[in-house]
Amino acid sequence: MAKDPTTASTYSRRDALRLMAAGGIACFAAPNLLGKPAFADTANPTGRVVVGLSQEPTVFNPLMAHIEVDDAVHFSVFDALFRMDPKGVLQPNLAAEVPTQKNGGISEDGLNWRIRLRDDVRWHDGEPFTAEDVKFTLELITNPNFRAWRTGGHSLVRDITVVSPTELTWRMEEAFAPYLSFLAETFMVPKHILEKEADPNTAAFNQAPVGTGAFKWAQRVAGDHLELVANPQYFGDGPYIERLVFKYIPDMTVLYTQFKSGDIDLVDQAYITADHYEEARTLPGRVVTLEPGASVESIFLNLEKPQFKDPAVRQALYAAMDRGAIIDAIYYGVGTLTETFMPKESYYHNPNLPAQEFNLDRARQILDDAGWVPGPDGIRAKDGVRLSFANSTTSGNNLREQVQQFLQQTFAEIGVEMTISNMPAAVMWGEFWLKSQFDSAIAGVTYLIAADPDATNRLHTSAIGAKGGKGSNTGQYSNPEVDALLEKGARTFDPEARREIYYRVQEIVREDLPFLPLFAYTNVIGRKEGLEGFEPNANTRTASWHAAAWRWQS
Amino acid sequence: MRGFLLNRLSQSLVLLLIVSVIGFVVLNLLPGGPLAQFGLDPSMTQDDLNRLKEQLGLNRPLWVQYLDWAWRLVQGDWGHSFRDGAPVLDVIGRHLVATLLLMGSSTVIAIAVGTWIGIHGATHRYSAFDYLATVGAMVALSIPTFWFGLVGIYVFSLRLGWLPAGNMYTIGDGSVLNYLHHLIMPSIVLALVHVAIWSRYMRSATLDVISQEFVKTARAKGLSERRILMKHVVGNALLPMITLAGMQLPSVLTGALVTETVFTWPGMGRLFLDSLGYSDYPVVMGLLMFSAILVVLCNLIADIVVAIIDPRIRLS
Repeated sequence: MAKDPTTASTYSRRDALRLMAAGGIACFAAPNLLGKPAFADTANPTGRVVVGLSQEPTVFNPLMAHIEVDDAVHFSVFDALFRMDPKGVLQPNLAAEVPTQKNGGISEDGLNWRIRLRDDVRWHDGEPFTAEDVKFTLELITNPNFRAWRTGGHSLVRDITVVSPTELTWRMEEAFAPYLSFLAETFMVPKHILEKEADPNTAAFNQAPVGTGAFKWAQRVAGDHLELVANPQYFGDGPYIERLVFKYIPDMTVLYTQFKSGDIDLVDQAYITADHYEEARTLPGRVVTLEPGASVESIFLNLEKPQFKDPAVRQALYAAMDRGAIIDAIYYGVGTLTETFMPKESYYHNPNLPAQEFNLDRARQILDDAGWVPGPDGIRAKDGVRLSFANSTTSGNNLREQVQQFLQQTFAEIGVEMTISNMPAAVMWGEFWLKSQFDSAIAGVTYLIAADPDATNRLHTSAIGAKGGKGSNTGQYSNPEVDALLEKGARTFDPEARREIYYRVQEIVREDLPFLPLFAYTNVIGRKEGLEGFEPNANTRTASWHAAAWRWQS
Repeated sequence: MRGFLLNRLSQSLVLLLIVSVIGFVVLNLLPGGPLAQFGLDPSMTQDDLNRLKEQLGLNRPLWVQYLDWAWRLVQGDWGHSFRDGAPVLDVIGRHLVATLLLMGSSTVIAIAVGTWIGIHGATHRYSAFDYLATVGAMVALSIPTFWFGLVGIYVFSLRLGWLPAGNMYTIGDGSVLNYLHHLIMPSIVLALVHVAIWSRYMRSATLDVISQEFVKTARAKGLSERRILMKHVVGNALLPMITLAGMQLPSVLTGALVTETVFTWPGMGRLFLDSLGYSDYPVVMGLLMFSAILVVLCNLIADIVVAIIDPRIRLS
C-alpha cells in the first residue's frame, strides 16, 4: 500500500529534539534574528530634506555598473559590511566588527577571512539579513552574466562558507589588504528577492530596490527626482527625517539658483561652483562650507610621448606653473595646493614632500641644462623633438579652459608650445583617455577606493590599458620601484607598515612627476540653516553618505 | 484617398529606414561610447570595461548590432536603456507627460496669442500696434530662450517671489493648482518665440486673403468689415496655418531642450540631451525614431486635414 503523503511522517522524536536544540542555539547566538527588540525604533522621523544633484541617479542596484552620483542613493537605501568614517577609519556596519589579524578575523598570511555579522538587521520587507545574503552578494558580483560594477578584489574570493546566520568565512586567492576598503563600498543585496530572478540585470528590484538602510524606496519620477522614506526598523542610529528627496538639476547655475530660492536644502554633487562661492557664503539662512574632497586636479602627461620622456621637461613644466595664481584668480581661492595624489585627510598622506616653487628662470635653466634649445620660432627642441604638445579636457568647463589659456601663456614664456584641444565628456573619457591617445590632459582624479591608499590601478605598470594592462594608468607611468612597493602595500595589513610603504611611493612619484598636480579638490557644500547632523566625509564619493543622522532643528 | 495613403505610407517607411540607418551609424561612429562615463573611476579596470562591453553587445560588428536592433524594433521591442536598464518605451513614456504638459500649454498660448496679433496687425497695417508687434516678434526671435528664462527667474522668483524658480511641482504637493503655478513661467517663456512665428505667418496669410477678389466682392456687397473678417478672411488665412501646426506638432511631443533645462522640467528634450551625454544608444535611437515617426505622421495628418477643409485640393 502506498503511503498517504498527507499523513505519513518520517519525522522522529529525535529529529524534533535536534530541531529544538538548533533553535535554542540560534536564539543564543543570534537573539535578534527571530524578532526585533521593541526599543529599536525610538526615533520619530519628521520633515523632509531635498538634496540637489547635477546628474541623475539611475542605477539602484548598487552592484551594477554605476557612476558617483548613484552613491547618494545607495548609501541611504543599503548598507555595506563596513563604513569608512570621516577620519578614514573603517567602522563596522552590517558586520559586528572589522576583521583584523589581531582579532583573528584575518589569518596571519591574509588569506583566510572570517566575518561576524549583526543579528538585529532586517531587510525593508521584514526578512532577516543573514550571512546567506553576504554570500549571495559576493557571488553575484563575479557571476559572468551579471553587469557588475568592479570585480577587483571580489575575483580573489574563494570558498565562501556560511558558518551560521551571523558568521561566514572565505579564502582569498592572494593576500589583498585593500579588500577591506572595497567591502566598505560593496552594498549587500537580498538573496531572497534576487535569487528568484532569471536575469538579475533586468530584475524589478533594480527599479525599486529593497535594502537594509536607514531609508526605504518610495518612488522615482524619471528625469526629475526620487523619494525615499524613513525606515523605522533601521538597526543603527536614526533616521530622524521622514523623507529624503534627491532632486536632479542638470545645469549648475540652475542648481545654485534653486539652492538660493530655497527649493533645495542641500547641494550634493557637483556641489556649488567655485565662482558662486563668494556670493553663496553671504546668503541669509544658508550654511556654506568648504570641505576637502578626495580628487586631485592635475595635468596628466602621456609619458610615452617623446616630449615627456625626459624628466627635465616634466620638472620644467612643473616649475612654470603658477598654481597659487590659478587657485586664487581662476578658482576664486577654492582649492588646496598639494604635492601628491594622496588626500590630505588620509592617514597615509606624506606631508614631507618638497614644495613646488613657481620660477620661470629656473624652468628655463632646467631646459637649457637638459639640452632643449629654442628654435627659430622660439619653441625649444632636442634631437628633432619639438617641445610642443596638445592639452585636452572636457569642453564647456569654463574654469578649466581658463587654466589652459593661462598655462599656454606661461609655457610659451619658457619656449614650450601648448595647444588646446577639448572635446565632449563622452568622447574625452572614452578610448581617447583610457587608451592613452592624448598628449596631455587636465582631469580631476581620485586615486583611492574608499580611502585605501592602494593606487595600483593608477600607478602600476600592469595597469596601463594602452599596453593591454588591467587598470587606468592612462599616463603610462612605469617605475619598477613603485611597482614593487605597491605590490608590497597590497599584501600588508598593518597600517603603520603600510604608511611607510605609501610614504615612499609618494616620494618617488613627486620626484618622477608623471602628472603635475594643480590642486586638491575642495567642495563647496551648501545647506539650509537648521539642517543638523550633516557631516562631510572626504572618504566617500557623496555628501549624503550618512543621511540617517540628518535632522531639522526643532 | 486610399491610393494617396498607401503611396504616402510606403514613402514614409523608406524614409524611416534611411533615418534609422543614418542615425545608428552616426551615433556609433562617435568616439567615446557608453562606457566613457567610467573613464575617471579608478576602480573600473580595463577588464571590467571589456566585460561590460561584451555584456551590452557592443563588441559585435556594427551591422550585426543594427540588424539586431531593427529586427527587435519591428517586433515592438525598442530595447533597454544602458543607463537604468528600463525598456526604452517606458523611459520615453515617463518623460512624455511632462513634455505634453509644458509644450501643450505653451502651444495653446502661442496659437491663440499669435493668431490674434497676426490678424489684428494685418487689419491695422502700419498702425502703432502693427509696428510694435513687428518689433516685438523680432526681439522674441533674436533673443535666446534661456535668456528670457533666466531673466524671468531672477525677476519673478528671486526678486518678487511670485513664481517658482523651476520644477514641475513642489515635492509633496501634487495639487492641480501647484502644477499650474509652476507651469506659468516656463510655458510663457517657451511660447514667446512661437507667438512671434505665428503672428508673422498669420499676418502675411491674412494680408494675402484680404487682397483677394472675393473679399472685394464681399465689401462691394456691403458686408460689415467685422463680418468679412470673421466669415471670409480668418477661415481662409488659417488654412496654411494647419500645415504649420502640423509641422510644429512633433516638437510639442519631443520637448524643448533649453527651456526644460533652465526650468528643471523633466521632459523629452532633457532626456535626449542626457542620453546623448551618456551615449545611451538605445534611448537616443528610440527618441530619434519616435520623433521621425511623429514628423511623418503629423505631416500626413496635416495634408489630410487641409484636403478635407479645402475642397479645392483633391487627395487623388
